[in-house]
Amino acid sequence: MKKKTWIGLAFASPWLLGFLAFTLYPLLASFYYSFTSFNIFQSPEFIGFANYTELMGDDLFWKSVKNTLYLTAVSTPINLFFSLLIALLLNTKIRGLSIYRTVYYIPTIVPLAATSLLWMWILNPQYGLLNDMLRMVGISGPNWLADPGLSKFSLVLMGLWASGNVMIIFLASLQEVPQSLYESSQIDGANKWRQFWSITIPTISPIILFQLIMQVINNLQYFTQAYFVVSSSALNMPGSGGPENSLLMYAMYLYHNAFIYFKMGKASAMAWILFIIAGIITWLIFRSSKKWVTYGGE
Amino acid sequence: MRSIKLRKSLPVHTLLVLVGIAFLAPFAWMLLTSLKSLEEISTFPLTIWPEVFHWSNYKDVFDIIPFARYFLNTLLVTLASVVGQLFAAPLVAYSITKIEWSGRKWIFPIVIATMLLPFQVTMIPIYMIFKDMGLTGSYWPLIIPTFTGAPLYIFLLRQFFMSIPDAIIQAARIDGASESRIYVTMILPLCRPALAAVAIFTFLYTWSDFMGPLLYLNKADMYTLTLGLQAFLAEHYTEWGLLMAASALFTLPLIIMFFFAQKQFIEGITLTGIKG
Repeated sequence: MKKKTWIGLAFASPWLLGFLAFTLYPLLASFYYSFTSFNIFQSPEFIGFANYTELMGDDLFWKSVKNTLYLTAVSTPINLFFSLLIALLLNTKIRGLSIYRTVYYIPTIVPLAATSLLWMWILNPQYGLLNDMLRMVGISGPNWLADPGLSKFSLVLMGLWASGNVMIIFLASLQEVPQSLYESSQIDGANKWRQFWSITIPTISPIILFQLIMQVINNLQYFTQAYFVVSSSALNMPGSGGPENSLLMYAMYLYHNAFIYFKMGKASAMAWILFIIAGIITWLIFRSSKKWVTYGGE
Repeated sequence: MRSIKLRKSLPVHTLLVLVGIAFLAPFAWMLLTSLKSLEEISTFPLTIWPEVFHWSNYKDVFDIIPFARYFLNTLLVTLASVVGQLFAAPLVAYSITKIEWSGRKWIFPIVIATMLLPFQVTMIPIYMIFKDMGLTGSYWPLIIPTFTGAPLYIFLLRQFFMSIPDAIIQAARIDGASESRIYVTMILPLCRPALAAVAIFTFLYTWSDFMGPLLYLNKADMYTLTLGLQAFLAEHYTEWGLLMAASALFTLPLIIMFFFAQKQFIEGITLTGIKG
């Protein structure tokens, strides 16, 4: 081999080793595990499709699928829309931009564990701040996180508070839209609304696409906040999924199977189903993107 | 002129301030609650400002859970992870941007693909690897993977390295400098701002990580703050003054860091987010 190749390999070797040990091998191993009966204490035993057929008849599995898809489908668009709205407001050449940006970003730095605790307290049905404010205007507030119909929406609300990353990325991309495009369209008599749809959105559409995909994939793995909320309920016990299992997220049920019930084979089957679902959704988004994403030449 | 400008921007400012209040109010509520007694928290009508500043909540956090211990545990894992990422990520980024070798064009697409891979897909086999090595229950499973470079940081540094002109590296090569010498004496100093961003993001991520410690740490005296907080919540889920004090203490180091390194923060996020 050429000397360059050796040097290149040497520099890339940390990643290469990591990829083999912590990505490629685990990917194949979990595929194999998904066809085995396997707990931490005994070695895997091949059982064919039994884990997959068991999952198909498992109500909790379907519950976790529904919960997670609901959260992803509701949270992702609301989050992107909200972040874009804030970014547009900040992009009006306003004075004090950096102060606003800092204020809006601070909640995003708060660790998810602390964010969860804080919102559990704010959404507390009796002594929480939100219901107290509702009480002042004569509304008796709901049970939020303890209400099976509202618990997931409460998590969406929580996510909105910490959407600073997407906001900053949108703001930066808005600032990169060439000013000349706006100027020439102004001469053509286009109003702000037209400019937004014919210049702003097409120019930043590749960034919207990337953020959309990352958000969907992150939401499919939703875990920490739901796990914290469930930890505090009176029903707190290993394997709990919150009020009527309304907070049993896919990643949570997978974790329960692997590390509470020690059904590693079944959990691996869940992992591969997640992999395939995430893959299909990403592919569908990419396919649809040909219709709405514009790649401008630089 | 000035007043016209002000009148035009007044509605936008009003809106921005209102949004700002909505963003900061929960945070303020965390701090205000952390200074209230249990009685004050559970009496109607709710008070906004604490009747008496109940500073003892902060002291009690240290007595009820070994907060100082958890703090140090978290700091240890976090700093080790920062070292790991700073070691590995720039090496890999240099290899795929500045060394002309045939394998480099394969690496970048794979790095991007692994960014999209859900953590759960590889979680169980990785757990088994560390279990077979007898490392579960230690900090090693949290630290070792960081020495292989996270895809996001390799991506971020790649974006940065692309902006360094090849000509200066070429000149050094002609002068007979070895790649490792170029890397250490030229490249690393040049990309200090990007390395700062990697360090900050790693700090933030590891400090806040819950899943990793949940999987691998089983002894209470080795807990990180997230695990400690969760255990605390499970036992004292009505004592919101204490819980908010613990949350505030947990968040404080990150807020301090953010104020000192805001520029690198924003630039780093922008670098991963917009230039594909």
